[in-house]
Amino acid sequence: MVQIEIDGKLLEVEYGSTIIDAADKIGIAIPRFCYHKKLSVAANCRMCLVQVEKIAKPLPACATPVAEGMKIFTRSKQAVEAQKSVMEFLLINHPLDCPICDQGGECDLQDIAVAYGASGSRYTEEKRVVLNKNIGPLISTDMTRCIQCTRCVRFLKEVGGVQELGLVGRGEHAEITAYVDKSVNSELSGNIIDLCPVGALTSKPFRYSARGWELTRRPSIAPHDGLGSHIEVHVKDNKVMRVLPREKESINECWLSDRDRYSYEGLNSSDRLKVPMIKHNGAWVETDWKTALEFAAGQIKDITKQHGGAALGVLVSPNSTMEEGYLIKELAHGLGCDNVDYRLRQTDFRLDGKRAGTPWMGCNIQEIETLDRILLIGSNLRNEHPLLAQRFRKAVNNGAELSIVSPLDNNPLMDIAHKVIVRPNDMVNVLGQILKAMSKLQRLSLCLPPSLELLLSNIKVRDNTQAMAESLAGLGGEVDLVAPKVGIFLGNMALSDPRFTEMYSLAEAIGGICGAKGGILPAAANSTGMHLMGVMPSPLGMHARAMLEVPRRAYLLLNIEPELDCQHAALAKAAMAQAECVVALTAYKSAALENADVLLPIAPFSETSGTFMSMEGRVQSFAAVTKPLGKCRPAWKVLRVLANTLGLKGFEFDSSEQVKDKIFNGEKPSAVVWRSMNNNLKELVEIEVNVKQDGLQRIGEVPQYESDPIVRRSAPLQKTKYNTQPMARMRAEQIVALGLVEGDTVLARQDKGSAVLQVKLDNHVAMGCVRVTASHAGSVGLGDLMGDITIEKYEQQAVVRA
Amino acid sequence: MLSAESIKRIDYEITKYPADQRRAAVMSALRIVQTERGWLSKESISEVAAYLRMPDIAAMEVATFYNMYDLAPAGKYKITICTNISCMLRDSDAIVLHLQTRLGVGFNQVTADGKFCLKEGECMGACGGAPLMMVNNHTMHEFLTTEKVDVVLEALK
Amino acid sequence: MTTRVAKAKDVKVKAPVMSDLKGQTLLCLRTMKEKNPASLATYEKLGGYVQLKRIVAEKVKAIDIINQVKVSNLRGRGGAGFPTGLKWSFMPRYFDGIKYLVCNSDEGEPGTFKDRDILRYNPHQLIEGMAIAAYTLGARVGYNYIHGEIWQDYEIFENALHEARAAGYIGENLFGTNFSVDLYAVHGYGAYICGEETALIESIEGKKGQPRFKPPFPASYGVFGKPTNVNNTESFASIPWILQHGGEAFAALGVPNSGGTKLFSVSGHVEKPGNYEVKMGTPFSELLGMAGGVWKGGKLKAVIPGGPSTPVMTAEMIQNATMDYDGLSKAGSSLGAGSMIVMDETTCMVKTLKRLSYFFYEESCGQCTPCREGTGWVYRVINRIASGHGKMEDLELLTSVSSNISGRTICALGDAAATPVLSFIKHFRSEFEYYIQHGKSMVDGK
Ligand SMILES: Cc1cc2nc3c(=O)[nH]c(=O)nc-3n(C[C@H](O)[C@H](O)[C@H](O)COP(=O)(O)O)c2cc1C
Ligand code: SF4
Ligand code: FES
Repeated sequence: MVQIEIDGKLLEVEYGSTIIDAADKIGIAIPRFCYHKKLSVAANCRMCLVQVEKIAKPLPACATPVAEGMKIFTRSKQAVEAQKSVMEFLLINHPLDCPICDQGGECDLQDIAVAYGASGSRYTEEKRVVLNKNIGPLISTDMTRCIQCTRCVRFLKEVGGVQELGLVGRGEHAEITAYVDKSVNSELSGNIIDLCPVGALTSKPFRYSARGWELTRRPSIAPHDGLGSHIEVHVKDNKVMRVLPREKESINECWLSDRDRYSYEGLNSSDRLKVPMIKHNGAWVETDWKTALEFAAGQIKDITKQHGGAALGVLVSPNSTMEEGYLIKELAHGLGCDNVDYRLRQTDFRLDGKRAGTPWMGCNIQEIETLDRILLIGSNLRNEHPLLAQRFRKAVNNGAELSIVSPLDNNPLMDIAHKVIVRPNDMVNVLGQILKAMSKLQRLSLCLPPSLELLLSNIKVRDNTQAMAESLAGLGGEVDLVAPKVGIFLGNMALSDPRFTEMYSLAEAIGGICGAKGGILPAAANSTGMHLMGVMPSPLGMHARAMLEVPRRAYLLLNIEPELDCQHAALAKAAMAQAECVVALTAYKSAALENADVLLPIAPFSETSGTFMSMEGRVQSFAAVTKPLGKCRPAWKVLRVLANTLGLKGFEFDSSEQVKDKIFNGEKPSAVVWRSMNNNLKELVEIEVNVKQDGLQRIGEVPQYESDPIVRRSAPLQKTKYNTQPMARMRAEQIVALGLVEGDTVLARQDKGSAVLQVKLDNHVAMGCVRVTASHAGSVGLGDLMGDITIEKYEQQAVVRA
Repeated sequence: MLSAESIKRIDYEITKYPADQRRAAVMSALRIVQTERGWLSKESISEVAAYLRMPDIAAMEVATFYNMYDLAPAGKYKITICTNISCMLRDSDAIVLHLQTRLGVGFNQVTADGKFCLKEGECMGACGGAPLMMVNNHTMHEFLTTEKVDVVLEALK
Repeated sequence: MTTRVAKAKDVKVKAPVMSDLKGQTLLCLRTMKEKNPASLATYEKLGGYVQLKRIVAEKVKAIDIINQVKVSNLRGRGGAGFPTGLKWSFMPRYFDGIKYLVCNSDEGEPGTFKDRDILRYNPHQLIEGMAIAAYTLGARVGYNYIHGEIWQDYEIFENALHEARAAGYIGENLFGTNFSVDLYAVHGYGAYICGEETALIESIEGKKGQPRFKPPFPASYGVFGKPTNVNNTESFASIPWILQHGGEAFAALGVPNSGGTKLFSVSGHVEKPGNYEVKMGTPFSELLGMAGGVWKGGKLKAVIPGGPSTPVMTAEMIQNATMDYDGLSKAGSSLGAGSMIVMDETTCMVKTLKRLSYFFYEESCGQCTPCREGTGWVYRVINRIASGHGKMEDLELLTSVSSNISGRTICALGDAAATPVLSFIKHFRSEFEYYIQHGKSMVDGK
């Protein structure tokens, strides 16, 4: 600690802090543009110049470390003169277009100019004009306004992981641009809008639609991935106009993924269902709530009465709130139905009943940064958890060794120490190799249970898995072996894999030996919460997959589009088609709900209150930010009324808070969570590591902007380069092995389904695999996300002739 | 595609730096490619960036920062004349005028036959030989007089 | 890092005219009297590389070398005049990992061309000086960053490196000891700012030449983030002589506070522009005489004694000055890099300032606000005056804007850009006023 004095105030700050940090701590405002606490220090704007005793020139507070006894003056004559002159320089080439600038009213330059600027300008020469750049569908540019602070450049390089913007040219001609006609593709790109202290970078969808001061700002929680980012929703005339991050250091820091930032455009989609609808003689008819509910209740009651509760299947979106999940589960149970599940994209349920608690990520979000060895299994991290990926990046930049076992060689934009890219099926063997190698390492010399020992006996450890094992065990590195900082995580591809059980069990065993933290990276906003409440079948019931494989007579759907949200699109579609009755609680009209009989319009997260539980087990409640659109109702209310209409007891809730209290039995949620989160298995599962299987395997990733009904309808997100038609993506050797060439049209078949696709070269895909993205109209004919697939040349003529 | 010869030269430059600092060779690599191709197109810059495994925008930053890179075709012979103080005091203006009238182009223009391009240069660190000019970045001609300029131009025919 | 041993190309550098050497004291350019000055053989004949070999073979202690350099009173020749011995003592002695040495041959400040002559006439002395510095500072690798426009001299220097490597003066395990040093030539490609040492370091790393904020200084965070020592070409080239004759002998050549000899680049309105290596403290008039006096028998009007980043002086101010750090600062300017730009009475100071301010405007890296915006502002105002549209208030404006740039930027280019404006207006104010009033020059009437 060092003692310093700022503007006469004495304070103690940590050795190595800068003047600006110290001043911020005691609330002394030093003006700034280029400095940002999360980015490297550039010290280029010079706005933060302050006077330091005994030093002739003013010093930039953002870059000057404090020293013992330093006396700093932020408002002395010298300091203010320096700040004023910098302000003058910044303004000489800045356009005077505040009245039409989107940043107007929330512009750092405007604010600071008011405080430090002169009234008139001494500059009478010609002003500089800079051409605008087209950097994609999310961000619009007004480059003449740019003050070259390079926050945007530094963000993309340091946080985004790849430099996509640069300051090209020199001197006064220096300007910010992406490479020639490229767009900025980072999945975190929207943050540069927040960072830009002027109106040079603004939100394209939001552009010109409202002024900052016309907006009401309401807090909420991001509803897509499992991170639980804190957001601030800006509302005008009961319409969500934009979404910004709310600062929460331990979760999203001050950032937001583009998905969380721009998905709101889906809330205002013309697809929104505003009134209840009933299918009448094959045609949709609008109706009132009473009729719709009575109709729905009548149908469900009839079928369950006649055929028993098991005739009903209840499929719940993991993006629904805890309250909604709880009520729908209770409703099903009330009808004697045990077929309830939220795990729509899972196919391997062998671990059911064997878990010691609710699976979660196994550590805190913040802890990721502190890890020094990491193993990621079956995760395309940037696609699945765009913002969380950034924490891993920090860890790697701090020196962590990252190992990856995956069927996809996607660039995580961080250094990878070791990787094995193999078919999903072979990942099990690879994990077996790591386990075996690790159990043989001297330092660990741990005895595996005989069953595992035997299992691993005929596995051959290869060099790269040996290296991974050594890395995870901390060999060769200067790591803390007493309190190891190792993390092992399973991602979406592992979670959807038919051999998830093996992967999970082996990962657990590996983690056990090397003392790793970790677990699964739950995909959706409330996956963990749904598990905690047991929105899952009892051993007697059917899980999500079984409900489709052995079709039910009736389905109750909460917040899903079956063929886009389920593991097996073709099965889902067929199951809905054959059902006597499908009741869908949905915020959208959807082609995927064509086979429904009743559509009950529910409110998306922005129009209802509720609770999500994040991947780290944080229970976060939020309130509605707007009133429900049209006749939409919060789903918890709809479920309550539906239950009442069905004559069920125990649904007397007047608010979502009451439902939440019920869920947690009046206890503090954190206490319940603390007790329940547990990644351990109660018993060892029988696993088979040497299964050889030679056919092609599909990698059916869900693209991040197709992950749930809201994002699918966000026009700006759909315009990004991540929104591509599903294709049969394979590596070059694979294409050759199949006797194909890039661009060929092929017929892809999975059990009970097929799709016509184009062949696309993609060397990121493991040999033996075809990557066909899911949750898209172009691939809804297909089956398992992760599973066997065949590819054959599609002879169009033959089809035409036949 | 970078030529084999260029790659050989770039590889030599790479040996000057630690193995994990390939991009340090970008200045040389851009020079080598420009010398071979006459100027740096955006494709050339991308190729260099890819070869050095750096973001193409970072290579672009470098290419646009240093004066001697040409981001547009600069004729077969690029003539850069220094007009800075030491040269100016020894009447570089007369040399500029002479070149502009003889070639019929102004600064940053290329003659119709694509042969010559005139550029105004900043101090070249050789002011003892003022006035002076440089041909294609690599050959300096000092103590210029209009007669001497003619001799140089003649040799470039 | 692999070391390529290439065959030395046969580069011949013509020796300069002998008569021009009269009155000079040749240290850094000691090969100048020889036929083939740049060759290894010539340098060896004059006792070259003997010091390096002695120091390395006898394992002379680093602290003893640094002390000699301190005693010599050698001040950095790159312009700032920082004592070299002191700078060397800042390099961390014990450091796990590689340390770097950088030679700054990027001279691009108008009127400066001294390092070029060291590169083309005496490259081996520079190599020896760098190798000795590397030994002293524990640097494993050294880079010499050479101004892009003097390409032919870059090739001469690279060639000398190949020669030295082949002869065993640089490379692995020199003279059978465990001391190894690799030296490389790297080139700029047209950016004055890369003469600033941290911009130069960025450039070596393959980036834009944008200066870094200091601290941290290169001694703790330099090339690739490692401890690095940066010196000017002439500074390094002085080292072998200092170690051969002792620091005191070097100091004795000069005057107090300015040891040794100095290369002066004389350009502009003189009969014989060129480099003159003379003892520190040589009277201005003597130096001007060596350069043949004002050309065409003209009358001296003004001198920029150390490059445009040093204040311009009127003929009266400099007449009786001596050419050394204290001498010039007493006379109202500074030594800078010893780049003496001579102007006779036909020189229009307004147009001259316009050209200089254009230079700084053109060469500002664009990183920090006062320099990026201020240099353009200043140039535009002066340009307006020079095109006949000046206003009297412009002179106050120019002074104020320049003062607002000065001292508020990341690197000293901001100060450098302000200096000519402030000094030209101060010493030749009437000429500016005339120009503004009449819309044309007092000197040439145009
Ligand atoms: C704008 C600017 C340009 C500079 N140009 C040069 C240069 O061309 N050569 C040089 O040696 N030093 C130059 N310097 C000074 C260097 O930053 C540095 O001080 C010097 O290389 C240190 O070497 P020395 O101590 O041996 O003088 C420049 C400084 C600035 C601010
Ligand atoms: S665009 Fe905005 S964030 Fe980027 S450099 Fe310019 S002012 Fe800064
Ligand atoms: S905030 Fe300190 S220089 Fe920009």
